[in-house]
Amino acid sequence: MKQFSSHIENIQRLSEKTGRAVKLMEVCGTHTMAAFRSGLRSLLPSNVLLLSGPGCPVCVTAGDYIDRAIVIAHEPNTLVASFGDMIRVPGTDSSLEEARAHGARVLVVYSPLDALNEAIRHPKTQVVFLGVGFETTAPAVAWTIRESKRQGVSNYSVLCAHKTIPPAMAALLRSGDVKIDGFMCPGHVSVIIGSRPYEFICRDYNIPCVVAGFETADMAVSIGILLQQILNHRAEVVIQYSRSVNESGNAEAQAIMNEVFEECDDRWRGLGMIPHSGLRIRKQFAQHDALTIFGNLNIPAPRERPGCICGAILKGTQLPADCPLFRTQCTPETPVGACMVSSEGTCAAYYKYAKYTEHHESASKKG
Amino acid sequence: MNQHQKKDEVILMSHGGGGTRTKSIINDIILKNLGNAILAKLDDAACITVPESELALTTDSYVVQPIFFPGGDIGKLAVCGTINDLAMQGAEPRYLCLGLILEEGLPVSDLEKIIQSMGRVLSATGVSIVTGDTKVVERGQNNGLLINTSGMGVRCPGVDVHVSNACPGDVIIITGSIGDHGIAVISCREGLKFESELVSDVAPLWDLTHRLLKVIPNVHCLRDPTRGGLAAALCDIARTSDAGIRINETSLPVKREVIGACRMLGLNPLNVANEGKAVVVCQQEDAEKALDALRSHPYGRDACVIGVVTPAPAGMVLLETEMGGERIVEIPSGEDLPRIC
Repeated sequence: MKQFSSHIENIQRLSEKTGRAVKLMEVCGTHTMAAFRSGLRSLLPSNVLLLSGPGCPVCVTAGDYIDRAIVIAHEPNTLVASFGDMIRVPGTDSSLEEARAHGARVLVVYSPLDALNEAIRHPKTQVVFLGVGFETTAPAVAWTIRESKRQGVSNYSVLCAHKTIPPAMAALLRSGDVKIDGFMCPGHVSVIIGSRPYEFICRDYNIPCVVAGFETADMAVSIGILLQQILNHRAEVVIQYSRSVNESGNAEAQAIMNEVFEECDDRWRGLGMIPHSGLRIRKQFAQHDALTIFGNLNIPAPRERPGCICGAILKGTQLPADCPLFRTQCTPETPVGACMVSSEGTCAAYYKYAKYTEHHESASKKG
Repeated sequence: MNQHQKKDEVILMSHGGGGTRTKSIINDIILKNLGNAILAKLDDAACITVPESELALTTDSYVVQPIFFPGGDIGKLAVCGTINDLAMQGAEPRYLCLGLILEEGLPVSDLEKIIQSMGRVLSATGVSIVTGDTKVVERGQNNGLLINTSGMGVRCPGVDVHVSNACPGDVIIITGSIGDHGIAVISCREGLKFESELVSDVAPLWDLTHRLLKVIPNVHCLRDPTRGGLAAALCDIARTSDAGIRINETSLPVKREVIGACRMLGLNPLNVANEGKAVVVCQQEDAEKALDALRSHPYGRDACVIGVVTPAPAGMVLLETEMGGERIVEIPSGEDLPRIC
């Protein structure tokens, strides 16, 4: 605890020296959760703003992907297996949770391996695993695809929507109007890909990066590292999470991803199409690709809800209050954009904290 | 049962038909384990005499899956749950009604075990099942076994422990560690089995509550943090009392196994169900005596103060984190689902 206070004091000292507002972005759902759980934001000086980036894999999964999963789950002799937090994410008109209540077969699993085992146990059922997530979950999913081919498990397939983080960071920066002074890069993703893939951010955009661990103290130290770089006008990739991350990452995990997946353009909820940001299943594994197996199903064309400014909010250029849908059509119960889907997304946080902030503001006015 | 008839090993549709097989369940399993003078009459309704007093009535249905879990089973849960709903109104539980919905194919030995488990709680607490009903549904339409229990209790005179009674300055007490039941049940679910020594905390809480109310009749609120966990219970108290609640993360009693499992599964211990714990809200000056009373009972041994009631922000629960930060505790929106990130 004492050590933690000293990290916070260090942040305070450095932030005073910068003498300006500093916007840092954490690019990982787990960092967002850790900041939320520990109340880290409430401990930061008022001029240090921690933005939540596009790093929650569930939140950035496009609505038409969910629509497709729902249609597949309604097919006869078919079961859709998914990580739990995908179940409530809204598609265009419905969610997997609602689909299940209408008779679709949806199973919550904790690992893609559970889905593969389900397929082995029920050879007459096509088990479709929803392959969602970044470089952290992709290798295990790739393994199940390779393994199902090797074992001849013909009733196992993956509906692939895996995404990669660095292209999304590049897309945020390329938009030109982004106002981010430093990136807290995701530790778990970096265990797989290493720290090198972030180097272009420092080189091309002059923005410092730190690969951070997930304890609150890791995050506090990492914020200090970013502030120090900003003060020194430096932009480098620093590995704070050095107990798990090195420059080159996990070669074996990268190899299996490359064997099974290939790069493609992909759509992100709120951010639209981002070049080279997705992974699709290579042709030699097509018999385990749900897109091939269910290729002739009639999927409604994707319809993004007009008015959603998620992209601008993720970039930190606009606030939830600027969005015409915020608190009217878009609420935590009926989320439209990625920032409201996750309970810790920027819009959900603003929604939740509005009452608390109003209380504080009225208390300070009275005072 | 007809002596020539082979003893059934599993529940058949005809066990719900009202004929000899139904009677065999009632006589050989239910009356044998739960029998008392009122139930034994097997009338369409139980007739009971209660001296003039304020009655508390409650009903609850139990669908837990799997029906046997570390530390308990659906039967124990169904009896304790309804006893606790009465206890949380300051009412001494007296009589229960029992509705059983059996699935075709349920092993009769499982049903016996579950009814025996109910019998043990009833003997220990002096509560009686006085009427009931049994139905059978086709295989695949049920959980194996669903139970409804309704209960009637007699309220202690002068006691008012409604959740809307919390006042600024009151302290919040929890009677023991949180999240044990939910994690114990999850730990044995199909597809997710993990080794754990953790057992459900399922327990009947009237004796504990009564001991507390005898010492502090002026307890402001009682609530058992079942579905939705401590978070839902505290949010209910804050919302209905139109007061704020501030709890301290370092004071929360959470077992290491629960913390570990929650981290692994992406769950929040505050949202995980308990079946043998109570949240007690009382005046600051009564806190020490309340803690002494609770800690003198086996089910309240680890009772501790976890927070206070504040005038503002009305209707909200705030948690001071271990790191000194602050966050809002929210009522869970539905089934608590594991996260991937």
